[in-house]
Amino acid sequence: MDIRKFVVGSFDDEAVLFPAVKKVRKAGYKIHDVYTPFPVHGLDGALGLRDTSLHTAGFIYGLTGLTTALGFISWILTRDWIQNYGGKPHFSLPAWIPIMFELTVLFSAVGMVLTFCYLCQMAPFVKKHIFHPRATDDLFVMVIECTSKTNVKETEDFLAAAGAKEINVQIAEAGWWLGRYDQDSKLFDNKSETVTA
Amino acid sequence: MSLIKYESFVREPLVDRDKNYNQVTEDIVYTIEAKPTRLWYIGFYISVALLLFGVYSLYRDVAYGIGQWNLGKTLGWGWDITNFVWWVGIGHAGTLISAILLLFRQGWRTGVNRAAEAMTIFAVICAGQFPIWHMGRVWMAMFVMPYPNTRGPLWPNFNSPLLWDVFAISTYFTVSLLFWYSGLLPDLATVRDRAKTKFRKLMYGIASFGWSGSTKHWQRHESLSLVLAGLSTPLVLSVHTIVSFDFATSVVPGWHTTIFPPYFVAGAVFSGFAMVQTLMIITRRVMNLQDYITLGHIEAMNKVIVLTGSIVGCAYLTELFIAWYGANTYEYDIFFKYRIAGAYGWSYWLMMTCNVISPQLFWFKKLRRNIGFTFFMSIVVNVGMWFERFVIIVSSLYRDYLPSSWSLYYRPTIFEVGFYLGTFGLFFTCYFLFSKYFPVIAIAEIKSILKTSGESYKEKMADLENMSVEEFYAKTHDHH
Repeated sequence: MDIRKFVVGSFDDEAVLFPAVKKVRKAGYKIHDVYTPFPVHGLDGALGLRDTSLHTAGFIYGLTGLTTALGFISWILTRDWIQNYGGKPHFSLPAWIPIMFELTVLFSAVGMVLTFCYLCQMAPFVKKHIFHPRATDDLFVMVIECTSKTNVKETEDFLAAAGAKEINVQIAEAGWWLGRYDQDSKLFDNKSETVTA
Repeated sequence: MSLIKYESFVREPLVDRDKNYNQVTEDIVYTIEAKPTRLWYIGFYISVALLLFGVYSLYRDVAYGIGQWNLGKTLGWGWDITNFVWWVGIGHAGTLISAILLLFRQGWRTGVNRAAEAMTIFAVICAGQFPIWHMGRVWMAMFVMPYPNTRGPLWPNFNSPLLWDVFAISTYFTVSLLFWYSGLLPDLATVRDRAKTKFRKLMYGIASFGWSGSTKHWQRHESLSLVLAGLSTPLVLSVHTIVSFDFATSVVPGWHTTIFPPYFVAGAVFSGFAMVQTLMIITRRVMNLQDYITLGHIEAMNKVIVLTGSIVGCAYLTELFIAWYGANTYEYDIFFKYRIAGAYGWSYWLMMTCNVISPQLFWFKKLRRNIGFTFFMSIVVNVGMWFERFVIIVSSLYRDYLPSSWSLYYRPTIFEVGFYLGTFGLFFTCYFLFSKYFPVIAIAEIKSILKTSGESYKEKMADLENMSVEEFYAKTHDHH
């Protein structure tokens, strides 16, 4: 379990959020994450996140699919079970291009989606703490992690000055666990001593 | 960095009326949270009834064999493969809208992509039924898959276009499903987070995979969507190309033409958009989504219809010309004796009227923006495109090289028709369930274009539009 203390500030306009992110980072606060209802362009850069390599993985999966198709078909038709199809050559590459192409796309798409789910820790029955239920509706929720040096009151004031509409402090699990969204799984009852801040 | 991307003021807004993010959610999620209307139940029950009739027709097909259909010598393919190609064609618009229009950065795709993708998936499911049940001994359908077996192992023929089709359709289905569902995840989380009932929280909690809206996740999500779009674009073109190879690689007159791949792809987009129009015009009305699927959306799709309809028309004329110019007796006879004339001449002219002549009316802006006319035309186009496949298959097969093996006039049996109606039932049952339980419009995507293309934001653009270049420069650069 990875239970931490957070100061949560919710913004209702992405135009306010951007300068706020800049200010908060400049002031040295540790932004845990910003939860938004839609992809806000440039926010990943503003948060200093590096670009994802998911597309590179997709390329590698695609190549795997291509070689699988070529290797498998040529092994079957020229080694394992040779058949004479209308006197045509056993190694007939042009006729294999459609299936080679399809498997390239299939491997790439399936591989990328699985990688995406793995990287984002997403699957059925995976549960994560929701900092604000309206983060998937109309609020942009900035979550600042409290370290041993963080002054909570000061952080709250800083967020208010930066334009946050709602501010609160939450102690929550930072990772994921198996659970249902219709039940409050009590992950850390009477374990307040595990909180690091 | 300015958040507001400068976009031309003269372009129509993609979202009508003054809306904020919360209203977008409310408008789209409303139907999920409200009780289904009486109209929904009526439509749903009719669909299920059709589906059941289809199931009964298939029961007859399996229990008594393909003899339940009027196929025979020399018409080995008839309604079944016509329906297969027709449904696959319809399944093309969804991916075209979501993938190709995403790559072209067409903002209007956001209003219709979700429903069109769902439609794609359902249409491909329907399409897949026809070749599978046409096998007759359907319990051996898995023989088409290359798996190690005790029959040799006997592998399928990888040089055969029919096997290419197996790979193309199943890949297309899988990739479309992944593309659709990965796009749904954030919206399902939206429904989950505002759910009032326990059951809804549970179900949408499972379905949304624990989506949180984290910036890093969005970044990966964007990358995933873009690459899947990039993959789907050649994929969607390949699928109907390969379907056309089923015909084009044969030596049947009227089939072995090199024009088939582009002609089939254009036809598929044509019929797919017509089906999207049929569904969207009903959906926007019944579900009160006129602000998101605007007249501008309908007009844009009509433009695609008139373009692809004209490409199809060119292909028809080219075929006729080459049949004459190629000086091949058999080719000539198929086209000029048995296609435009002969026992099935009526179907050729029906196809020509529906696909080539009537869509040309969409050159008139008034008609492109007329909802009633668009709805009527969308039905006409789908009828026409069904007859295109019918003409290609039946008119090429019913007169063989040997007059002694010429077929009698082919009429489908009630169970052949029933199977087709059954796929309608399947398609609409799925669509009704989808429209009730899923957000029919991509909520997150609408929100991401709201500030650049929403009506209220567009109005603010008028000031910018009227500024001189110097003023505009000063205004946009003063805060840097």
